[in-house]
Amino acid sequence: MLDYIKSYLDMNATPGQAGNVFWATVYIFVVFGGVSVAVMAMNWLERKALAHFQIRLGPMRVGPHGLLQPIADALKLLTKEDIIPSEADKFVFWIAPLIILCASFTVYIVIPFGPTHAITDLNIGILFMLGVSSLSVLGVVMAGWASNSHYPLIGALRSSAQMVSYEVAMGLAVVSAILMTSLNKTGTGTLSMIGIVQAQQAQQTWFLFKFFPLGFIAFGVFAIAMVAETNRAPFDLPEAESELTAGFHTEYSGLRWSLFMLGEYAAMIAVSSIAVTLWLGGWMRPFPNALAGETWDLVFSLFPGFTFLALAVFCFIGVARMPKHPYFRIQTIGLAGFGAVLALIGLILFAPPVRDRIFDIYWFCIKVAGFMYLYIWYRATFPRYRFDQLMKVGWKVLLPIAVGVLILTAVMGVIF
Amino acid sequence: MTDPTTYLSHLELGQPDKTFLDSNELIINMGPQHPATHGVLRVILKLDGEKVLGTECVIGYLHRGVEKIAEHRTYTMFNPYVDRMDYVAAVSNGLGYCEAVEKILNVQAPPRANYIRVILAELNRLASHMLWLGTHALDIGAMTPLFYTFRDREEILKIFEKYCGARLTTHAFRIGGCQYETYEGFEDDVKKFLDFVPPKIDEYEELLTTNRIWVERTKGVGYISGEDCIALGVTGPVLRASGVKWDLRKAQPYAAYSDFDFEIPIGQNGDTYDRYIVRMQEMRQSLRIIRQAIDRIPEGPIMAKIPKVIKPPVGEIYHSIEAPKGELGYFIVSDGSTQPYRIRVRPPSFVNLQALDLMVRGQLVADVIAVIGTLDIVLGEVDR
Amino acid sequence: MAEETKSPAPPPDPAAGKPSGSVEPVPPANQASPSAVPKPAAPPPAAAKPAAPAAPAKPAGPVPVPWDSPLVASLKRTYGSGIREASTYLGQNYMIVDSAAVMDVLKILRNEQEFDYCVDITALHYPQREKQFDLIWILYSFARNERIRVKTEIAESDSFPSSTSIWPTANWLEREVFDMFGITFEGHPDLKRILLPDGWKGHPLRKDYGIIQQDKEWVQINLGIESGQ
Repeated sequence: MLDYIKSYLDMNATPGQAGNVFWATVYIFVVFGGVSVAVMAMNWLERKALAHFQIRLGPMRVGPHGLLQPIADALKLLTKEDIIPSEADKFVFWIAPLIILCASFTVYIVIPFGPTHAITDLNIGILFMLGVSSLSVLGVVMAGWASNSHYPLIGALRSSAQMVSYEVAMGLAVVSAILMTSLNKTGTGTLSMIGIVQAQQAQQTWFLFKFFPLGFIAFGVFAIAMVAETNRAPFDLPEAESELTAGFHTEYSGLRWSLFMLGEYAAMIAVSSIAVTLWLGGWMRPFPNALAGETWDLVFSLFPGFTFLALAVFCFIGVARMPKHPYFRIQTIGLAGFGAVLALIGLILFAPPVRDRIFDIYWFCIKVAGFMYLYIWYRATFPRYRFDQLMKVGWKVLLPIAVGVLILTAVMGVIF
Repeated sequence: MTDPTTYLSHLELGQPDKTFLDSNELIINMGPQHPATHGVLRVILKLDGEKVLGTECVIGYLHRGVEKIAEHRTYTMFNPYVDRMDYVAAVSNGLGYCEAVEKILNVQAPPRANYIRVILAELNRLASHMLWLGTHALDIGAMTPLFYTFRDREEILKIFEKYCGARLTTHAFRIGGCQYETYEGFEDDVKKFLDFVPPKIDEYEELLTTNRIWVERTKGVGYISGEDCIALGVTGPVLRASGVKWDLRKAQPYAAYSDFDFEIPIGQNGDTYDRYIVRMQEMRQSLRIIRQAIDRIPEGPIMAKIPKVIKPPVGEIYHSIEAPKGELGYFIVSDGSTQPYRIRVRPPSFVNLQALDLMVRGQLVADVIAVIGTLDIVLGEVDR
Repeated sequence: MAEETKSPAPPPDPAAGKPSGSVEPVPPANQASPSAVPKPAAPPPAAAKPAAPAAPAKPAGPVPVPWDSPLVASLKRTYGSGIREASTYLGQNYMIVDSAAVMDVLKILRNEQEFDYCVDITALHYPQREKQFDLIWILYSFARNERIRVKTEIAESDSFPSSTSIWPTANWLEREVFDMFGITFEGHPDLKRILLPDGWKGHPLRKDYGIIQQDKEWVQINLGIESGQ
């Protein structure tokens, strides 16, 4: 048994490829746990960042600076009454959030956090991701239908129409990135996620900057389409409260609703990781060839530690600014403890053995975190598109651009 | 002679040839409780898919019988009631009422009182437009300008509070002038405010005016032509955005407005975007007026000589002002006693709301909310 | 003739001056004259409040003066005695027209005299009079920057033609007059209550509308108890 476990550690492949069930399970737990923590963190970050954009503070009371707010929200939702409309189709009503959740979480098995840090590496990785994440449309329609009320139905129809339309543009942008992977000596591209990043490594450029501005435009198309795909502002008409229909999840309450939110945030992280993998170089550090060399490698590998130390510094600044009042004692201690934990993690990340293993994962996560911040920024800044304008943008603007970029990429690929 | 069916707002007659139970039609109720309708307003929409075929507004949820109450109060007692109608811009309500009673008493408020009235009325116009901007942007989906405008509106409300003790329902003026002298530091506060606000208005414009999504959501939405505005009695920024250059402050000046130099912004297309631009420019013109007023405020008494018991002679008077929402008029009928025989308030929001049906016909559902926002109605004024 | 029922120093009782709990109609106590033409009444010489010293007799207040203008002249030519009065009071022009002629006058004002903006339509109730209601149109002309009022008298049982064909804005304005006063307008496309709920009985702005009685009735029906008024 131990040999089984140990044998994987000497291999240089993902657990799925190595066929090692034990490590695959470990990786699954780690990734899914990480995603759940990330969703909770995203919830907190969204409320805080949105609040700061709107010159207010956001949650401050539940835990220092609202850090425990997501936990409180989760507990609240868990203990809420589970209301099912009386005329609803019970089985479909029950299964719709599960479908969305499963579809959103299943794609994480191919997301590459590093050259061997993925649960598995399907050689049709990207196709698998796009296909499985499209299944969430099914869940949306089922949710709207099972609610037996015409507002959720209209919301679900709008939502699904939107998601389907933007998938076309997304797919075409993805294809143009895949085309770029085939610009190597053998002329064969790859659909595997790890293979795509390795192609970027081999070609020594992030695909974002390849055939500038084509890679950039393809990335732009994908970035807009992914926001629409996940029903986020400015494409969140189906979910908006001030419009007439409150969306497909109107009739859901408590835990079921939280499953929808979980699925939505997980989908956001998933499509962001597609974008990062395809255009932003996946786990590669910035400037892999411009700033090459041992010293630069060292410098960039210190980033993880410094990030956590910076976060710890923010925490300690927060501690210093806490009101000096007995009521705030627990919050101050909590925040100081949190800062200490972050600092400890940062220090651990300076240690060389940890550093070497962690930097891939770190760079990948940092880029995805950047996208998450962009999502929140869009929500704070932009008004909402009206539904017909939304569809117009998807079909009449993004699709032609994506097709054009694809053709031009192919042409450039042939020429060079 | 206009064709009466053009302006009908009755639901059935929106599409005369379609039968009522045509299978494509859907009747949806935007009920009195709704996050977007700025108060208790019920709009019944007849839809064909997403397109609006006809609307019907059901109002009266906030009817408090102010006109009936007026018949049982003395003129002075009625003054606070007036603020509660358009509660967002209470100062202008009070201004209109006090001026109307002064007119029927045939007295003039002294110049210093008029200048104070102008300053507070223009500050109040700014506050009303800021609130309008925040809520309108929120309806269209931009969440952030709401907080910015409310933060800046706080400064105005602080000035009101220092002046008369109340932020919202200010009861700032009295019949015959102002009761309170400007507090010490009033001029400094106002001048500080005048320096503080223009960059903020620029900030709002930066967020919205050239924002592609905002432009797409508001251009071409809720169109109403100048003739239709006049026919429907619509006044205020809605009328001005449709190209009719008319503002009571210039046409029939009251309360020292003839002393000031300001412009009336107008728009060309009467759509939501133009109404937005007109109101933003009105905000800047208000700043201009305040600046001139605060520089030139004369010394003198703030209250005219009026009898302790206000008993206007028998007669009727109609006086209207340019409130932030439109022409706010007071028709006072006196029978010689201390209580008015009838006070009729001509509310701008009530008459503007009639135009809703014309403006949203043929547009999409999501535009109905944008149009309600752009009309800038306050249900307290619609229903009284 | 100090009228003590409406004491100028306002008592805290919001039903100022009225005997509480009574259901009687509340006519204005000192109706200056039952005629529609407002005559300047000599204002009561002294304030009723004991604290204020008696003021000397005030000079005569503003008086409505006859209003002569080409507009009035042409209307008088056409309608003669239909135009009962055209005066100016405190600088505001108004006309009192016979109910038979008033629709034509309004049409002429709109079409020929460019009074294209109907500012307001409202009514007054004088229960003492034979023709109890006054209907008032306030009109404004953009071209001339002029505002006039047109007034007519109608009896309680009369219905009146609607002005929606002349100014579309009259739609809701007349609905409110109907709601508050009970004057029906013929030819109005959608005459129903606008501010009050559909099943409301009575027309509140009439002088004989008993608020206390309404309250008692509602409370009795809906809550099953006696209203404490």
